[in-house]
Amino acid sequence: MVWRGWVRCPDHQMTPAALPDPEQLALRILRRERAAVARGLNLLDNKLAEARQCSVRLLAALSGEHSLNGGHLIGITGPPGAGKSSLVSAMIREWRRAGRTVGVLAVDPSSRPELGGGALLGDRIRIKNAAHDEGLFIRSLANRNQLGGVATEVWPMSWLMLAAFDIVVVETVGVGQTEIDIAEIGDTVCYVAQPASGDTIQYLKSGIIEIPDIFAVNKSDLGAAAYKTAGEIGRSASRQDRRDDWDYPVCLVSATMNTGITELHGNFDRHRSFLAHAGLLQKLRTRHQSAWVVRVLKEEFGTFGVELIGGYAEIGKRLEAQYGNQFEECERMRQQIISRFKSSD
Amino acid sequence: MDSRQTKRDRPWLMRTYSGHSSARASNALYRTNLAKGQTGLSVAFDLPTQTGYDADNPLARGEVGKVGVPISHIEDMDQLFDQIPLDQMNTAMTINATAPWLLSLYIGLAQRRGIDPGQLSGTTQNDIIKEYLSRGTYIYPPGPSMRLIADTITYTIKHVPKWNPTNICSYHLQEAGATPVQELAYALCAAMAVLDRVQASGEIKTDEFSQVVERISFFVNAGIRFVEECCKLRAFGEMWDELTLGRYRVDDPKLRRFRYGVQVNSLGLTEPQPENNVQRIVLEMLAVVLSKGARARAIQLPAWNEAMGLPRPWDQQWALRMQQVMAFETDLLEYEDILDGSPVIAAKVKQLVEGARKEIANVEAQGGIIAAIESGYVKRELVASHMQRLRAIESGELKIIGVNCFQESAESPLTLGSDGGIMKTDPSAEREQIERLQAHRKNRNDADVQAALQGLSDAAKSGENIMPSSIRCAMAGVSTGEWGDSLRAVFGEFRPPTGIDIAIDNRAVLGKKDEVTELRARVASTGAAVGRPLKLLVGKPGLDGHSNGAEQVAVKARDVGFEVVYDGIRLTPQEIAQAAEEEGVHMVGLSILSGSHMELVTSVLEELRARDLATVPVIAGGIIPQEDAKKLAAQGVSAVYTPKDFNLNTIMADMVDVIREANGLARLGPLP
Ligand code: B12
Ligand SMILES: Nc1nc2c(ncn2[C@@H]2O[C@H](COP(=O)(O)OP(=O)(O)OP(=O)(O)O)[C@@H](O)[C@H]2O)c(=O)[nH]1
Ligand SMILES: [Mg+2]
Repeated sequence: MVWRGWVRCPDHQMTPAALPDPEQLALRILRRERAAVARGLNLLDNKLAEARQCSVRLLAALSGEHSLNGGHLIGITGPPGAGKSSLVSAMIREWRRAGRTVGVLAVDPSSRPELGGGALLGDRIRIKNAAHDEGLFIRSLANRNQLGGVATEVWPMSWLMLAAFDIVVVETVGVGQTEIDIAEIGDTVCYVAQPASGDTIQYLKSGIIEIPDIFAVNKSDLGAAAYKTAGEIGRSASRQDRRDDWDYPVCLVSATMNTGITELHGNFDRHRSFLAHAGLLQKLRTRHQSAWVVRVLKEEFGTFGVELIGGYAEIGKRLEAQYGNQFEECERMRQQIISRFKSSD
Repeated sequence: MDSRQTKRDRPWLMRTYSGHSSARASNALYRTNLAKGQTGLSVAFDLPTQTGYDADNPLARGEVGKVGVPISHIEDMDQLFDQIPLDQMNTAMTINATAPWLLSLYIGLAQRRGIDPGQLSGTTQNDIIKEYLSRGTYIYPPGPSMRLIADTITYTIKHVPKWNPTNICSYHLQEAGATPVQELAYALCAAMAVLDRVQASGEIKTDEFSQVVERISFFVNAGIRFVEECCKLRAFGEMWDELTLGRYRVDDPKLRRFRYGVQVNSLGLTEPQPENNVQRIVLEMLAVVLSKGARARAIQLPAWNEAMGLPRPWDQQWALRMQQVMAFETDLLEYEDILDGSPVIAAKVKQLVEGARKEIANVEAQGGIIAAIESGYVKRELVASHMQRLRAIESGELKIIGVNCFQESAESPLTLGSDGGIMKTDPSAEREQIERLQAHRKNRNDADVQAALQGLSDAAKSGENIMPSSIRCAMAGVSTGEWGDSLRAVFGEFRPPTGIDIAIDNRAVLGKKDEVTELRARVASTGAAVGRPLKLLVGKPGLDGHSNGAEQVAVKARDVGFEVVYDGIRLTPQEIAQAAEEEGVHMVGLSILSGSHMELVTSVLEELRARDLATVPVIAGGIIPQEDAKKLAAQGVSAVYTPKDFNLNTIMADMVDVIREANGLARLGPLP
C-alpha cells in the first residue's frame, strides 16, 4: 500500500521560480562553494525563459581572465567500456594527491525520444574512489539525443566548473564520428582505446576522427594485445591535421593496475603548458565558445533562423568583437532571431 | 503395506537459518531449535560481520545484530557455541568475504576447547561470485577474493578434512531474477572458476585433486514451478558429473556426486495474504526431495512471514515442521527414484542442459565468469530476467495469488498480534555489542595482537596461505574489523557493475504499453514545467545488499523518461546526500530492506538538510512496517512503498506527483 504523509506541505514558495541572484551566486561559485556550484549547474540546465536570462548573467559574471587562461579543461572520449571512467578515477587520485581540485562532467547517452528519452547515468560509481572528498565534484549529464554525443549544456557547465575547480574533466562516449564534438570543448582531448580496437584504428586511418592530443591505450594489463594496439595506433594516425610542436603521445596504461598513470598525468600537464606557451589556450577557448554559440543558434532556429541575422559569417564577426564572454551576445542574437521570426508571421 | 517394516532412506539435514541480536541470544535460540529436532545449525551473521567491520565502525551503525548474529572476536564465537559440542555438530555458516576469518575463529575455538580440528564438520558458504552478482557482501576485488577461497580449500583439505570449504550458490542468483537455465549455467561457471583457481595454485597434487572436487557442494534454489525445478536439479547432477569427469578427470563416480543444500525460493513469497506462503514453501520443497537421485542433502525453509520481516521462533518452528511432516509422515523416503524413466522429465532435463551448455559456452567465450562479472554482462542478464518477471506480474501474465489476482481476503488472525507478526530484534543489542567489543580490546595482549596482524598482512602480501595467520589472529583476540581492514590495506576494495544499463526493450517487456506512454508524457511535461528533465537519485544506504528493488525502480524510471543516477549498494547517508547535491536531482529514492530504515533514512534527511537540500523530496521503499512508515512520514519522507506495491507503473505515476507537489504543480492523479 502506498502510504503518503504530506507533512512537508509546500506552504511557502518551493517553486522553481525561486531563481537565485546570478551575481551573488557567481561570487559563491568563485569562492568554490559546492552548494553554489550545484545550484549554478541546475540553473544552466534550466530551459524556462526566466532561467535563461539568469543563466546568461551568471555566465557573464563568471567570465574573466581566468575563464580564458586559467584551469585546465580536459576532454576524455573513446568507445563504450574502454575504461574512460576508470582512467579518470585513476587520474583524479593523482590530481588530488597533488592538492588540485577536480570537477567532472560525465555525459551518457539518452534513450530515443520515442522511448521516453530517459537515461542511466552510470559513471559516478566508476569515477569516485574515496567515500568523501570535498575536492571532487561529479555531475552526470544525459546527452538528450543531441547529435555529436555532447549535450549543448556541456560548454556552459564546463565554463562554470572552470571557475570553481583547478581541473575540469568532461567524459563522453565516442563511437565512430560522434566524439568530434569533444574536440570543440577540451583544451586537451584524450582518446581512450582498449586492446583490439579495430574500429578506432580504421577511423584513424580513414581520417574520420580528428587526432586527439593524447592517446591512452587502456587495459595494458591484458598483455600483448594492448602493446599491439598501441603500436598500430601510433602508425595509423594520419599526419596532415597535426599541430606543429606537439608530439601526440600514445600511452599504455592500466586503470585497474594503476600503471602508466603518472606518465599520462605528465602528458596532460605538458600539453597544458604547450598550449599556454604557444599562446593557444585562450584562442582555443574563444574558438570553442564561438562554436558553441553557432551550434546553439543552429539547433534552436535552424539555418533559416541563422540567416535571419545575416548568416554564419555575420555571427562570426559579432562574436569576434566579444572577446572573452560571448554568452550575452549569444542571447542578444537569440532575441533578434525570435523577434524576426515573430515579425515575419 | 505396513510402513513400520519398510526400509526408509535417511532424511536430509534439517536446518533453520537463524541468528540475531547477540551471540548469547542466538546460542539460546540454537539450543531450543536443536531440542526441537533440528539436526544441524545454520548461522546467520549480521552485516558488519559479513562485510568485515567492527560493531563500532560508523558504517555498522544501525546494523549490529539486526539480520544476524554479530561476531566480533573469539569470545563471541565461544558464547555462540556455548554448551554445543563442536565435534558433534554440523554447522553451516553463511559467510563469504570474511569466510576465512569466521572459519579461523571456529577452528581457534575448537583448539581452545581441546578438540581436534579434524573432527569439525560443516560448511562455510565462501562463494564470492554470487556476492558480486546478487548477495552483496563482497569486500575485495575478484583476484584476491578467489585466492582467499582457494586458500580455505587447500587448508581444509589438509587440516579439516570433513569441512565443506565452499558452497557454490545458485540460490541467490534465482533470488536476483535468474531463470533455471541461468542458475545452472552461472553456478557451474562459478564452480569451474573455483576449481581452476585451486588447480592453478599448485598446492594440490594431481592425484589428490578429486578430493577437492568431492568437497565442492552447492546451495540451490527451488521455485514454485516445481516440476521444472526438479528437472533443474537432475540437470545439475548430470552436468556436474560430466564436468568433473571431463574437465577434472575424477574417475570415481562417488566423488562426482552433485551434493547440494537448499533454501527454497523467497522472492516469490508475498506480503499480501502471507499465509499462502506456506503452500508455496511446501510445494517448492517437493522439487528437491521428490527425486531420490537428485535429492537435497540439507534443507532450510523460509517462514510464512518472509516478506514482512524477520521470523519469530514460532514461525521458524512451523517451517521446520513442514520438513518433518514431509520426511516422517509421507511415504516419500520409502521409494527409489520415482521420476527415473519418465520421458517427459527426461525431455525437460535435456532442454535445460542444452540451454545451460550454450550459456556456459557464451561465458567461456568472454573469458570466464570473472571477466563476465567485471564487464557487467552477467549482472545485466540477471537484471533483465528480473525485469521480465516483474513485467509479467504487472501485466497479469504471471499470476501471484493474493497479489495480482484473488486479492480479496478476510482479516488474517496471523498478523493481528502486538508484534505485527514479526520478530523484533533487541534494540540495545548494538550498544551492548560495542561495549563488549571495547572491553575485549582492553583485555587482550596488544603485542600478541600486533604480531598476529603483522603475520596476516605478510601472508596476504606474500601469497602464503591465509589460514594459519588468521587462526593465529583468532587466538590472539583480533577483531573482525581488524582482520578485514588488514586485508583491505593489501588487496583494496571493489564495487562490481550494477547491471542496470540494459537496453530498453520496447516489445514485450514494457507491460501495459498505454500506461508507459502516458507515464512518458507525464515525465516529459513535468520536466518541461520545472525547466529540465526529471532527474532521480536511487540510493542504497547502509550495508544492506538487497539491490533488486533499487535496480528495478531505476530501470523502470529510465524506461519512462527519468534521468537516473544509481551508484550501487553500500553507500553512507553522507555519500548519498552528496550525490544528490552534485547531481542536482529532483528526488531521492531510498531502498532499504535490511530493517535499518529508521536509522538510515533519518541520517539521509539530516545530511540533505545540512546541504540545504531540504526541499528535495525523499521517498523510501523496502521492508518497512506500517508503523515505521508513519514515523518516517512525520520526519518528512514523502512516500513509502513496500512489496505490496508490485506495480511499478503505479509507483512511477506517484513519484511524478510527489515531484510535482514539491515544485508547486498540481498532481496528475492515478493512471487511467
Ligand atoms: C531476494 C531477497 C534476497 C536476495 C537479494 C538479491 C538482491 N540482489 O536483491 C538475497 C538472497 C541475496 C538475500 C540475502 C539476504 N537477505 Co534477503 N530477501 C529477499 C526477499 C526474498 C525479496 C526481496 C526482493 O528482492 N523483492 C523483489 C523486489 C523487486 O521487491 P522490493 O525490494 O521489496 O521492492 C518493491 C517495493 O518494496 C518498492 N521499493 C523498494 N525499494 C524501493 C525504492 C524506491 C525508490 C521506490 C520508489 C520503491 C521501492 O518497490 C518495489 C516494487 O514492488 C526478501 C523477503 C521478501 N519476500 O520480500 C528477503 C529479506 C529482505 N532478506 C532478509 C535478510 C535478513 C537477508 C540477509 C541479510 C540474511 C543474512 N543474515 O545474511 C541476506 C544478506 C543480504 C545483504 N547483503 O544485505 C530479510 C530482511 C529482514 C528485515 N528487514 O527485518 C527479508 C525480509 C527476509 C526475512 N523475512 O528474513 N535476500
Ligand atoms: N583489465 C582491465 N579492465 C579495465 C581497466 N580499466 C577499466 N576496466 C574495466 O572495463 C570496464 C569498463 O570500465 P569503465 O571505466 O566503466 O569504462 P568507460 O569507458 O567509462 O565505460 P562507459 O562510460 O560505459 O562507456 C569495467 O569493467 C572496468 O573494470 C584496465 O585497466 N584493465
Ligand atoms: Mg564511463
